Amino acid sequence: MSHSLDAYLILAGILFSIGTFGFLARRNAISMLMSIELMLNAVNLTIIAFGAFIPTLKVQGSVIALIVLAVAAAEATVGLSIVIAIYRNRKTPLVDEYDTMRD
Amino acid sequence: MAIPDALPFINLRWDDLLFIILSVVLVGSGLLVVTLRDIIRCGLAMMVCFAALAGLYALVGAPLVAAAQVLVYIGAISVLVLFAIMLTQTKAAPARLVFQTQALPAAIAAAVLGLLIALTVGATNWNAVAAPIRTGTAILARVLFDQFVLPFEIVSVLLLAAVIGGIFLAKREEDGPA
Repeated sequence: MSHSLDAYLILAGILFSIGTFGFLARRNAISMLMSIELMLNAVNLTIIAFGAFIPTLKVQGSVIALIVLAVAAAEATVGLSIVIAIYRNRKTPLVDEYDTMRD
Repeated sequence: MAIPDALPFINLRWDDLLFIILSVVLVGSGLLVVTLRDIIRCGLAMMVCFAALAGLYALVGAPLVAAAQVLVYIGAISVLVLFAIMLTQTKAAPARLVFQTQALPAAIAAAVLGLLIALTVGATNWNAVAAPIRTGTAILARVLFDQFVLPFEIVSVLLLAAVIGGIFLAKREEDGPA
């Protein structure tokens, strides 16, 4: 099982679906960011699995995964600081109460 | 006494056993991340999820990425998320409702997405090799700092820009224009 690419890809698919559900369903902005992290990690798992099982790709897979890791760190920094900045103005982390633009 | 190649009674190889354990931990903690009511527990479950992923990376033969996963995700991003949670949690805020009203359609959509991914994976021939190829750190370093040195430098500039942007966005505006 650990020697088949399909198992890793399906596992990554499940993790991505969980992240999608969390992003669509949670009310808290930080929960949504955590769901995005889950999705990014699922993609990273896919890249690593392809790198390990496709011979023409092998080292490049790890290189791409490392770069994705760094970009994810940058994304988390900016995303969380935006959430904190909004929280400072609106006093709530719940996204469905961010409806100022509607009025 | 030598350790046998496979588990004694059910004839399961050790790496398969590890894969199953790590997958169960990964999916279980992932579900906890999106369903738990207390958001701090969500953050802690996320750390478990990242740890299981690091184990999977090591299992599939990418030890350097596994180490980077532990350093970056468990060490840095989780702490950042936990800080943000504690900065934005008020006593009044423990929300009555964890989910939006669209939670059920979202669950259906996510399940359909996962099913589609599984069907596609099952129906495609990837020309994969029978056993994972291990990526040695020495050759990875050589490729990263030789062939991919420009993306590496661009990523470092991106990180610097993100850090400056994060400080700028999160700092209080006291004397600047409102």
